[in-house]
Amino acid sequence: MANVTLRDVRKTYPGGFEAIKGVNVDVGDGQFCVLVGPSGCGKSTLLRMVAGLETVTGGEIDIGGRVVNGVEPADRDIAMVFQNYALYPHMSVYNNMAYGLRNRGMAEAEIKSRVEEAARILELGAMLERKPRQLSGGQRQRVAMGRAIVRQPKVFLFDEPLSNLDAKLRIAMRVEIRKLQRRLNTTSIYVTHDQLEAMTLADVLVVMNGGQVEQVGNPLDIYEKPATTFVASFIGAPPMNLMSTRPQEIRSQLGTGGGSAEAGILGIRPEDFVITDQAPSGGIALSLTVEAIERVGAETFVYGARQQEEQRVAATPGELPPGEIIVRIPGADAPAIGQKIRVAATRAKLHLFSADGRTRIEA
Amino acid sequence: MQKNAIFQSKLLPYALVAPQLAIVLIFFYWPAAQAVFQSFLQQDAFGLSTTFVWFENYRDLLSQPDYFATILRTFGFSFAIAVSSLSFALLLAVMADKPLRGGTLYRTLLIWPYAVAPPVVGVLWIFMLHPSLGVLSRYLRALGVDWNPLLDGDQAALLIIVAAAWKQISYNFLFFLAGLQGIPKSVIEAAAIDGARPMRRFWTVIFPLLSPTIFFLLVVNIVYAFFDTFGIIDTMTRGGPGKSTETLVYKVYTDGLLGGNLGGSAAQSVILMVIVIMLTAIQFRFVERKVTY
Repeated sequence: MANVTLRDVRKTYPGGFEAIKGVNVDVGDGQFCVLVGPSGCGKSTLLRMVAGLETVTGGEIDIGGRVVNGVEPADRDIAMVFQNYALYPHMSVYNNMAYGLRNRGMAEAEIKSRVEEAARILELGAMLERKPRQLSGGQRQRVAMGRAIVRQPKVFLFDEPLSNLDAKLRIAMRVEIRKLQRRLNTTSIYVTHDQLEAMTLADVLVVMNGGQVEQVGNPLDIYEKPATTFVASFIGAPPMNLMSTRPQEIRSQLGTGGGSAEAGILGIRPEDFVITDQAPSGGIALSLTVEAIERVGAETFVYGARQQEEQRVAATPGELPPGEIIVRIPGADAPAIGQKIRVAATRAKLHLFSADGRTRIEA
Repeated sequence: MQKNAIFQSKLLPYALVAPQLAIVLIFFYWPAAQAVFQSFLQQDAFGLSTTFVWFENYRDLLSQPDYFATILRTFGFSFAIAVSSLSFALLLAVMADKPLRGGTLYRTLLIWPYAVAPPVVGVLWIFMLHPSLGVLSRYLRALGVDWNPLLDGDQAALLIIVAAAWKQISYNFLFFLAGLQGIPKSVIEAAAIDGARPMRRFWTVIFPLLSPTIFFLLVVNIVYAFFDTFGIIDTMTRGGPGKSTETLVYKVYTDGLLGGNLGGSAAQSVILMVIVIMLTAIQFRFVERKVTY
């Protein structure tokens, strides 16, 4: 049981490439922290630095009150689940789980009881004598988890553990991981590029981009109040609609007064639009031509093009092509393709950012 | 997926495999059959008459204690060559597998000796270790070693083993390096997190995962030590002093081509062939089963 604190952690490679540009994160005891971001954002590097598999070139990593920068991975009291599971292919499931305990000189009887307990929790009891190649992807994943839990470490580290599984199994395992973590109450750091996985698992969500932390917080807070346009478009699927706005629009539509009269970026989540002909008071209304419809059963996504040509925001990862607006409506009833519709969002549902997208402006 | 190629003509496939078949037939099966046939023949001293004697050559051979000494010696040599060159190559490969400045250069240099033909290897080593000409011999004598492989059989044997193993290190190194690079990095990292120190990591994870490579190289090295050391022995010691470095393949040559006993020599080469086939079969049957995971 321990908290993990990263203080201004940096990683610069010998070639001069800065992979991590000063990260500060505090994960409380027993919390489940998820690092999420697009590929290449440094999230895996950061996790590997916590594990001790990568050197730290600046700042401090603190596990349970001890700075571990120079400590060997074996002595950090952590366990890691790898993306490709990294099981020992020549060892049986039992020995895969027992290996770390044997290395620490634990008595065989104690090893046996711990492995059997883990096998019971993970429903691997019938497979203890099998080799990894005789297991399915989901079973291998569970062995990898078992190898971590038998050690009873201070911290679990997960490096995209579900990305090699098929969609259905991924959801099932996601729930299992969450339940397991709750039950063991072990501090965990989990890396993923899947925003849905991040939202559902995290107590603390850390959104990363380009080696930096964009936002840290409770997943729903982040969803409701994204700090930057990057976070706004990365968290949530389909992504938030982002449009440039002129100062007069900000003034007239948002009523923020003359003080902050600068060009900015306006964001509206797809589900916050309603199709209506009535102009809202204090919100915005847009005229769209319906270009595509996606029906997924419980809800429908309407892709529309804005009618009057506006100044566009430069595209960032996960963002919509300029000029396209997604509207998410419940049910399967949708306008026809080519139809002109009007959509509106109330004032409370609007997000406003500075023109560079780096700052959220609260009205 | 379509796995079988479809040929329009029935003759074309045969025509395509014919060159390969011809090579195998002409350079392997025919000489092998000749050897078997030869081993049943005996010639008189002047080569004027040849008699078919069935297994008499074999009986002669197996009644010589000398021949068993050669078999034992050959096994001893093969074992020593295979073990020493495999272990050195593994050591070098493990070291070259680490991220090094100029690692490619080391790797290239370590592979070069493989391009050297066995007789040239023999000449190189004899130049270094010849009792009167050799550079290293001087140092050895300065150290108080009575170094004279031309007279001392054990030293001659050691010299052959060292030279033959040295040549094979490159080949083994190449395979070990490829084998090491084939082990997923995350498995080794997992072992590190699991608390295994580098030596323990090597013996409990890396070595078992390399075992298919080790097994393959063991077969190749033993065959190499049985046959391909001929050139090294011929240039360095010619089987001497006495018979201390005469292996089975060298004895085939001395008895047959130098001694003129073609029938006996053919019988030896048949026995040699049988031994190597048996060794390989045993290795595949009993060892391979244990190395696959």
